Amino acid sequence: MRIKSFDKHYYLMLLPGYLWLIVFSIVPMFGIAIAFQYFNPGKGIFHSEWAGLEHFRYMFVLKDTREVFFNTLIIAVLKIIAHLVVPLVFALMLNELRKLVVKRWIQTIVYLPHFLSWVILGGIILDLFSYNGPVNQLGALFGFKPTLFFAQAELFPWLVVGSDVWKEFGFNTIIYLAALTGINPALYEAAGMDGAGRWKSLWHITLPGIRTTAVLLAVLSLGNVLNAGFDQIFNLYNPLVYSTGDIIDTWVYRTGLLNLQYELATAVGLLKSVIGFILISVSYFLAYRLINYRIF
Amino acid sequence: MIRDRTWSSRLTDIAILVVLIGITLTCILPIWYTLALSLSSNSAAAAGQVWLWPVGFNVNAYTQILKDTQFFGSFWISIQRVALGAALNFVVVLLMAYPLSRTSRQFKARGVLMWILIFCMLFNGGLIPLYLTVKGLGMLNSIWALVLVGGAQTLVFNVILTVNFFRNLPKELDEAALVDGAGPWYSLFRIYLPLAVPVLATITLFSIVYHWNEFLYGLIFMTREQYYPLQTYIQQLVVSVDPATMSEDQYRRLSELSNRTLDAAKIFIAMLPIMVVYPFLQRYFIHGITLGSVKE
Repeated sequence: MRIKSFDKHYYLMLLPGYLWLIVFSIVPMFGIAIAFQYFNPGKGIFHSEWAGLEHFRYMFVLKDTREVFFNTLIIAVLKIIAHLVVPLVFALMLNELRKLVVKRWIQTIVYLPHFLSWVILGGIILDLFSYNGPVNQLGALFGFKPTLFFAQAELFPWLVVGSDVWKEFGFNTIIYLAALTGINPALYEAAGMDGAGRWKSLWHITLPGIRTTAVLLAVLSLGNVLNAGFDQIFNLYNPLVYSTGDIIDTWVYRTGLLNLQYELATAVGLLKSVIGFILISVSYFLAYRLINYRIF
Repeated sequence: MIRDRTWSSRLTDIAILVVLIGITLTCILPIWYTLALSLSSNSAAAAGQVWLWPVGFNVNAYTQILKDTQFFGSFWISIQRVALGAALNFVVVLLMAYPLSRTSRQFKARGVLMWILIFCMLFNGGLIPLYLTVKGLGMLNSIWALVLVGGAQTLVFNVILTVNFFRNLPKELDEAALVDGAGPWYSLFRIYLPLAVPVLATITLFSIVYHWNEFLYGLIFMTREQYYPLQTYIQQLVVSVDPATMSEDQYRRLSELSNRTLDAAKIFIAMLPIMVVYPFLQRYFIHGITLGSVKE
C-alpha cells in the first residue's frame, strides 16, 4: 500500500544520514582528482594544474610501488586461505565435543581477541616476541638462540598471517557453527544405524551440510585480495621489514601524510580502491548467481 | 546421537579436546601474561623473568598511570568519542532503516537510495582526499572529526543490518498500524523501535567497540598529543618507530628502552572497557555476521 503523503516524512528521516554520508564519504571521492593534478594545497583542488596520467606513469616505474602491490597480494591471499581453512577445522573439532559446558567456555575465550584492537594486540605481540620476551625464553629452554622475530624480513609475512589468524579464527568459526547446527541430527542417527563411523559421517553428512557456507565465504573473500590489513601491519612493522611487509595502505599513509606526496599517494590509493571495488562487485555478483546471496 | 564407543573413538575424543584446549589457551594466556607483566618489577620484566605470575609484585605501574594526566585526558576523549559516536549512530541508523525497509511500491526511491549506500560502502576516495576534506572543514583537532569520519564508515553496514531486520518483521504489523491511521513516525517509534531492541543493541555495541578501538583518525586528524584518543596515545608509545632506516641493533635497543611494565599496564587498562561490554557483545554479535543471508 503506497501513501503518497508519507514520502516527505521518509525523506525527512533519511536526511541526516545522507547528509552525513555526502560530507564524509561522497565529497572525499571527488578528492581523487588530486591523482590527476599537480596539487597545490594553497590553490586547492579547483585551481591546481592538471597533470593527466603522469603520476600513474611514475607509479608504474617506481620500484617501491611494485613491491608494495606484490607484498599486499601475497599477505592478503595467504590470509584469505588461512581464514577459510583454520576456522573450518576448528568448528569441525568443536562440533565433535560432547561436553556443552566446555564448548561454551572455549567459544567465549576464542571470540575475545576479535574485539581487541591491533594497537593493543600489536603491543602484546611485540612484547611476547621481543628479544627478552617469553617466546625467546621458551625457545632458550629448547636450546634455540634468541631471535628478533619482528626484525626478520623473511619471517614477517608469516608472523602477520599467523597473528591475524590467531585474532580472527574464533570469530570466524561462528558462521560455520551456525551452518553446522542447521544439519538435521536425524541424518547422523541414520548413518550410525547403517554403521557409519565418525569419519564417514564427517565426510558424507557434515561436509556436504556446510558446503554452501564454505563456498559463500570463499567467493566473498575474493573482495579482500588487496586488503592485507592496515591496522595490523601498521602496529607491527618497522623499517627493517619494509621489503616484505610494507603494503599499499601503509605506503600510502607514509608517502601521503608523512612525506606529503599527496598526488602519488592518492593515485596509488585510487588504483587500490578501483580494483577493490571491482573485485567486491564481482564477488557479490558471483555469490548472488551461485547461491542466491543478497546483502539486502 | 548414537556413536561407537571403541577405544580408538575415545582416544580421538581426548585428542580433539586437548588440541582445542591448547588453542584456546593461546587466546587467553597473552592477556594474562600482560596482566602479570604489569604487576612485576621493572628489573624482572627487563630480564625476561616474567611468565604467568608477577615477579617482584608491585603496583608501581598503576600508580604511575594515576599521575599521568595525558593518559587520563586521552581516556576521557575516548569515552566522549564512544558516547557521541554510539548515540549518533543509534539515532541516524534507526531513522534511515525505517524508510529503507519499505517495499519499492511503498517508497519508490528505495532502490536508488539503497544502491547509493552500497556504493558508499564499497568505494572510497582513499586516505589523502579524506584528510584534505576534514582539513578543509576545519575539523582538525576536533573530536567531531573522530566521531563523524569513523561513524560514516560504519554507518552503511549498520543501516543494512537494521533494514534486513525490519524487513523480516511481519508485514501485518505495519499494515494494521496503517489501517488504524498511524503515520510513519508513530509506526517507527511505537511499533518498530520496541521490536528492534536486539538489532539496535547489536549495532550500538559494534559502534562502541569500533570507536573505542579505532586509532588511525586520532593519529592523522589530531595534530597535538593532548587531543589523542586512548588507542592513538598507546599506539604512539608502544610502537613508535623512527621512520628513518634503522639497523637491527637500533630496533633492539629501542625495544629495551621502553618501560615494559608500564606499557603492559596501559595496554591492560585500555582493554578493560571491552572486557566490560564483552558479555553483552557475546549475546548480540551473532546478528552481525549473519548480515546478508541466503534469501528465498
